[in-house]
Amino acid sequence: MASKNQINEAVLKLDNHVAEIIHWHFSEETGSPFWLQWAKEQNWNPLNEIRTFQDLCNKFPYFKDEWLRDLPNEAWVPKAYQHRPFNIFETGGTTGMPKQRIGWDDFRTDYSEFSTTLNDEHFPRNHYWMMVGPTGPRRLRLAIEHLANERGCSCFFVDLDPRWVKRLISTQQFDQARAYMDHVVEQALTILKHRKVSALFTTPKLLEALAERRDLVQAGIKGVFCGGTTMDRQYARFLMEEVCEGGKIGFVPTYGNTLMGLARHRPFGSENDYSITYHAPQPRAVLRVVDSQSGNPVEYDQWGRVELTTLTKEFFMPKFLERDEAIRRKPWEEAPWDGVAEIRPFGAMEKKIVEGVY
Amino acid sequence: MKAIPHLPCLRLGKPYRSLNQSEVIDYRSGEIRATLSQINPGIIRKDLTKINSARDALQKFSTTELLNICKKAGDSFLHDHLPLGENGALQGPRDYVDTLSSTSGLPHVMVRKNMEKIHFALSNMKLILNGLTRGLDLEVLDLGYGEQSGSPVCFHPTTKALGLVMPSNSPAVNSLWLPAIPLKMPVIMKPGKDEPWTPFRLMQAFISAGCPAEAFGFYPTDHEGAADILRLCDRALIFGDKSTTDQYAGNPGVQVHGPGFSKILIGDDEIENWPDYIDLMISSISENGGRSCINASAILVPKYAREIADALGQKLGPVQPLPMDDEGAVLSGFANPKMAEWIDSAIEEDLRVPGAYEATAPYRDGTRLVQTEGGVYLRPTIVACDSIDHPLANREFLCPFASVVEVPQAQMLDCIGPTLVVSAITKDESFKRELLIDSRIERLNIGPIPTMKISWDQPHEGNLFEFLYKRRSIGMAA
Repeated sequence: MASKNQINEAVLKLDNHVAEIIHWHFSEETGSPFWLQWAKEQNWNPLNEIRTFQDLCNKFPYFKDEWLRDLPNEAWVPKAYQHRPFNIFETGGTTGMPKQRIGWDDFRTDYSEFSTTLNDEHFPRNHYWMMVGPTGPRRLRLAIEHLANERGCSCFFVDLDPRWVKRLISTQQFDQARAYMDHVVEQALTILKHRKVSALFTTPKLLEALAERRDLVQAGIKGVFCGGTTMDRQYARFLMEEVCEGGKIGFVPTYGNTLMGLARHRPFGSENDYSITYHAPQPRAVLRVVDSQSGNPVEYDQWGRVELTTLTKEFFMPKFLERDEAIRRKPWEEAPWDGVAEIRPFGAMEKKIVEGVY
Repeated sequence: MKAIPHLPCLRLGKPYRSLNQSEVIDYRSGEIRATLSQINPGIIRKDLTKINSARDALQKFSTTELLNICKKAGDSFLHDHLPLGENGALQGPRDYVDTLSSTSGLPHVMVRKNMEKIHFALSNMKLILNGLTRGLDLEVLDLGYGEQSGSPVCFHPTTKALGLVMPSNSPAVNSLWLPAIPLKMPVIMKPGKDEPWTPFRLMQAFISAGCPAEAFGFYPTDHEGAADILRLCDRALIFGDKSTTDQYAGNPGVQVHGPGFSKILIGDDEIENWPDYIDLMISSISENGGRSCINASAILVPKYAREIADALGQKLGPVQPLPMDDEGAVLSGFANPKMAEWIDSAIEEDLRVPGAYEATAPYRDGTRLVQTEGGVYLRPTIVACDSIDHPLANREFLCPFASVVEVPQAQMLDCIGPTLVVSAITKDESFKRELLIDSRIERLNIGPIPTMKISWDQPHEGNLFEFLYKRRSIGMAA
């Protein structure tokens, strides 16, 4: 449990960061065309009225995801980055125009910092990684390679197109979906057979499918970095106890996306019934669990909708309502701010959600 | 206050408590009667990789020994206090009847009849195996080869386990998988959502009778888990509606038990005696709450359809829901009231199609769908149809429902469609011959026999032995 001092220090750090980022994005010298224009259309000035994260929550409306679909990418380029070409990263998407986020170095910052949370026993340095999952236009592909490189490793890649999987499942072509998954798994098994790999990044379902076809411990896998779809408590327990053989393989679940970066998990296991809590890479990103009607944070240990605010010099995105819901958890000493636990698709208890293997 | 039992998953006999749990609730009061471990499908897939050990455990027993175990298990199922859940909790037969009744809607009297059917099946398993194998010497099952009627025979298993995706509608449906155990085949089961009680109790009865626990997989799970059971067990049974039947049609590894569309046919030679058969029709339509696939759902007659429908209406129309523990209870409550609402509205909608009328309505005081005794019920419904083409003429619902349709005898077999049980009331030799060669009838009763009467020594819906074992030619050097 985080101490009051730790929590207060984190709040102060976040408030200072918010002030700095607001100044950056809403100043003519450094800001992006979108936010400068947006500010002109308001009857209040962010530069004058936003001093803290709470100010931001009070004053800004919800970020509209169509802005990331409909506007040209240049609208989001801060002046300071105008001389550099940008990476274009896309979110999931199934049909039509996907959401796009542009970026330069944020993914390196996020994943270099994340690397410090991995241990050398399960993620050995100077070896080989393999990513089995969505590459293509996703930030994750470059991020994982950077993470491997950061640890002196090179990385093999096996691609999976989540848009195709979602389409197959939503049109009830389950045999095709299974055949595609087998195709992906077979490619990964071929790499494992012919090359030495010690760390895996993959999705929970692909991890399970790989383990059903090959003894991962014998194959030399020491650590698995895993994310992409829901892991409820039972599923997390199964992956820990039975797929990763109770600790023989280090199991590192993450929550992340193109718009946020990635959140680290805090230790979990039988002592907390395998409830996984994630903490955002604050102050670069903030996750809140809010009541979807009032927009206010729910009480601790209650369910609410996940709201993301991204606060970097490359990208400012206040109060974006994710398509996820989670339980709000108390701050942790290693990340003394709110955590989000047991994330699942928003409305998962009321309706069937197509998640597929990603 | 009595503790709420928790039914764990049985992972090849080993209890496993999942972190995900569902509630089995009293359909009337909403009271939680048990929690049920819900497991992720990966657990089933993982356990199936170890299925050889389960088969090996059963192979150590001779068929005769397993038949003795069946007999003991039957007695135990009927009479004993058996483990229910965890921490030494036990369930006696009376508690079983009460609990099952409260979550499935079946009145006590019907649960007890179902128990007796299961007990009979387990006690007479030798008779059942004899029917399934057509008199095969049981030693052949132990050795894998032998002789039958002077010819060498050899059988090999077609799978390492029997997969089961069970329904919640009627406990006796479990009797279909029971022969798997003396046939030395482990079972991998997803129980029905509202009826985990009977399979769990049966498994505990088998284990207490000396059957190896490894033979039993009890996996409450989701649709993906059910699909994995059907996909990964090379032989599986599933119970469902027509959409399920259609989904697996033509899959030799999946035996689908869907609607029965069972019928009573009266020939020209017997139709003048129709009043003599009204009680037979009533029991065929309404026994077991009208929930079985062997309940009659259509009565085809060459004439007097209106008169027969009226006579059935007079007797069935006034039937009302009674308290669950009333010995005279005929109707079952609906664990899922929405299902009752759907059935009621489907019947009403189709009654608006010209050419049919409800014969029970004049004798029923009130609506078909009633809320009483704390639950939702559908009262019996008899519909007279002018033609077999009417949308209600060949329908099956989870309640006492039947159509009475006038069809000339010469056309009856052209229009029955796939039918699980036909009770043909006729002495006409030529009609009997036509019935005997009709390939769409699974069980044929000739004469005044209710559709609900089945023979344990003759499989009426698929032959489990032929499903689980295949004959091959064999030669052995002397």
